[in-house]
Amino acid sequence: MAQHKVDYASNAGLPIALTTADKLINWGRSNSLWPLTYGLACCAIEMMASGASRYDFDRMGTIFRASPRQADVMILAGTLSKKHAEFARRLYDQMTEPKWVISMGSCANTGGMFNTYATVQGVDRIVPVDIYLPGCAPRPETLQYAMMMLQKKIRKESANMKKNTKQRLV
Amino acid sequence: MRKYTPKDNVQKKSYYTDRFWVAPRVPQMSIEEGSHFADVINALGDRVLDASVQIGQLVVSINHQDNYSVLETLKDVCGYKICTELSAVDYLAQEGKFEIFYQMLNLDEALRVRVVCMIEDGLAIESTVPLFKSANFAEREMYDMFGIYVNNHPFLKRILMPDDWEGHPLLKTYPLEGDEFASWYEVDKIFGKENRDIIGPENRDPSRVDRYDTKRFSRVGHEVDFGADISQGEPETEIEYSKTLLVDYTTGSEKLDQRR
Ligand code: SF4
Repeated sequence: MAQHKVDYASNAGLPIALTTADKLINWGRSNSLWPLTYGLACCAIEMMASGASRYDFDRMGTIFRASPRQADVMILAGTLSKKHAEFARRLYDQMTEPKWVISMGSCANTGGMFNTYATVQGVDRIVPVDIYLPGCAPRPETLQYAMMMLQKKIRKESANMKKNTKQRLV
Repeated sequence: MRKYTPKDNVQKKSYYTDRFWVAPRVPQMSIEEGSHFADVINALGDRVLDASVQIGQLVVSINHQDNYSVLETLKDVCGYKICTELSAVDYLAQEGKFEIFYQMLNLDEALRVRVVCMIEDGLAIESTVPLFKSANFAEREMYDMFGIYVNNHPFLKRILMPDDWEGHPLLKTYPLEGDEFASWYEVDKIFGKENRDIIGPENRDPSRVDRYDTKRFSRVGHEVDFGADISQGEPETEIEYSKTLLVDYTTGSEKLDQRR
């Protein structure tokens, strides 16, 4: 039987990479961010475009999931009406930890041009938001950039989500 | 002498209104003898209170009790088989009444008729769902937006606003930005009334800048640490401009040439 004659202790060193559990877990999390298929208004069209072949979210490991149970990221894309706020919050609650929220477009950020009785004036009134995307509507590149920023943020976080989540309402 | 109007809050209220302003009105033509519209008026008989032709459309004014029988005649006798639109207009301030209108379409003649009736606040109108299926959602919307009840409607329930909503948003008295109930609706529903203080009121001013909010607003020339408390006054810091990007065009214009 052939013997391995490679001296692992010399040359390029051992085929072992040392890292921390945090880094490893966050590497996995940040590179398989699965957003929830959840469009609210016109911004959702740009979100769909980001997922489609031209802009191709899949190459970043971002695959849209149709169930909150399988999703990590909630992209609130569009105008959130007051009638719908309850359901958006319920979907957020149904997502398993760890979870993040991207608020996409002026409407989701601040209510946008809909300064009316029927629009939630900023989704941060009902869910905690990690990234705010400006624009009406933000281009698919913007959403992808936001996704990359979120990945950066995740890599900086502790893998123990309890440390990151402050005990607060939204 | 011209009437004095206070000038201290001019942005809120225009201080000049034209005393001779008359809102433009659509011309009201009489109905031509022998035309299709004349036949319609004949078929409706004495239920017609007032009728005129406006921009090629017949506008018939009726009593609100007659709405079902008038629409039935229009549908079965005159060929107006489609009710394209049905809603109300709030004239409570002027006349204490709503105007309910039915927009009817005759595809054979390619003509439209608008049936209008005035109804006092608090009275209910008869449903026209047995005649037109499209009236179902339209009457629900009318109830939702104006609070006008519809008798014998199969399923009279709010259609656009949530079921537990208070108020009817298309009334002229309803504020555009919502009343107290509307502004706290999502907070009350999701977190409960007791958490209103934590969430805080809505920010309805898109250009609002909070001088003391060091988390969300940057302060050019007075930079402080993120989240610092500066309610007691902030330290003066010198404004630093990037020397390479900003060129003083008046004094150092020769630098521009060097760059070229
Ligand atoms: S921000 Fe603009 S594009 Fe996005 S939902 Fe609002 S109106 Fe539509």
